[in-house]
Amino acid sequence: MHSTSSTIVLVLAVFGASAVEMVEALTIVVAAGVSRGWRSALEGAAAAAAVLGVLVAVVGVPLVRYIPLDALRVVVGALLLVLGLSWLRKAILRSSGHKDLHDEDKIYADTVAELSETDTVSAAPTQARVHSGRDSLAFVVAFKGVFLEGTEVVLIVISLGAAQHRLGLAALAAAAAVVVVGVVGVLVSRQLSEVPENTIKTAVGIMLTSFGIFWVGEGAGVNWPGSDLAIPVLVGFFIVVTVAYTAFMRTKLPAPAPEESTAT
Amino acid sequence: MTGIVVRGVKAFGKFWWDFLVGDTPELFLATGIIVALAFLIDGERLVGVILLPLVAAAFLLASTVRGRRRAPGR
Repeated sequence: MHSTSSTIVLVLAVFGASAVEMVEALTIVVAAGVSRGWRSALEGAAAAAAVLGVLVAVVGVPLVRYIPLDALRVVVGALLLVLGLSWLRKAILRSSGHKDLHDEDKIYADTVAELSETDTVSAAPTQARVHSGRDSLAFVVAFKGVFLEGTEVVLIVISLGAAQHRLGLAALAAAAAVVVVGVVGVLVSRQLSEVPENTIKTAVGIMLTSFGIFWVGEGAGVNWPGSDLAIPVLVGFFIVVTVAYTAFMRTKLPAPAPEESTAT
Repeated sequence: MTGIVVRGVKAFGKFWWDFLVGDTPELFLATGIIVALAFLIDGERLVGVILLPLVAAAFLLASTVRGRRRAPGR
């Protein structure tokens, strides 16, 4: 029997991680679709999503069936911990001003410029790339965008799903996020920069780190008080840590450089 | 054929290296230490509950401070 608290955290973590990664993937797909044609861009995105789905089934199902649960939890916990700590670090640096926020508008503009540049630099190869109404460049760009962003999501789905023996639920949460981001993307056109990406990333980082520590402990034989109820406690601890570190890091921002007095 | 396999293995290795270690080796080290500690304190309920999150938090702070924006020229 699975406890409600760990199920909720599992669904939230996978949904959030998938949503964050898909915002960037969708930005690239929209850029490819607008500048090169929707059909090939959507085919590229769908092909990448299919490959990612196959990866989850091919890697995840044997993990759940054949690897002893304790060993699986230590490995998966360690993987989630590395991932979670690195997401948290990045999120803290961004919200405290030490790192620039992720800019979807810039990614969109860069991708469109890159694709348009390819057109103007060499018109002949462009003709060669368009076969029977398909644009292979748009297909490849959309495929790469979705595949690269989705790889991390696949790892999270497999890790969280396998360690709790709830691969189906984890995959469903990830797919739901893809649908939600897709629908929102269509509704708001390409204004995906409005999505509070860093906040979602912070929340997911906290959940991955908490799950990671919990499962490393479980797998190694540590008895958590309250069993799965320890997960929300760990989440609470890391929320406090994140808020405190963000406030601390704001005090460490370098003073702005003095304006040059070049009144010549 | 062998060249393709070697390139594939190298790309696979590079992906995992970038993914797990990348530019934050201290977080990879932290995870290793937490796993080792979890096995060392096997069954010690209170020690594990307190120590594991604290170690993670300490390494997170160190890594975040290391990644801070510095004033030009420093």
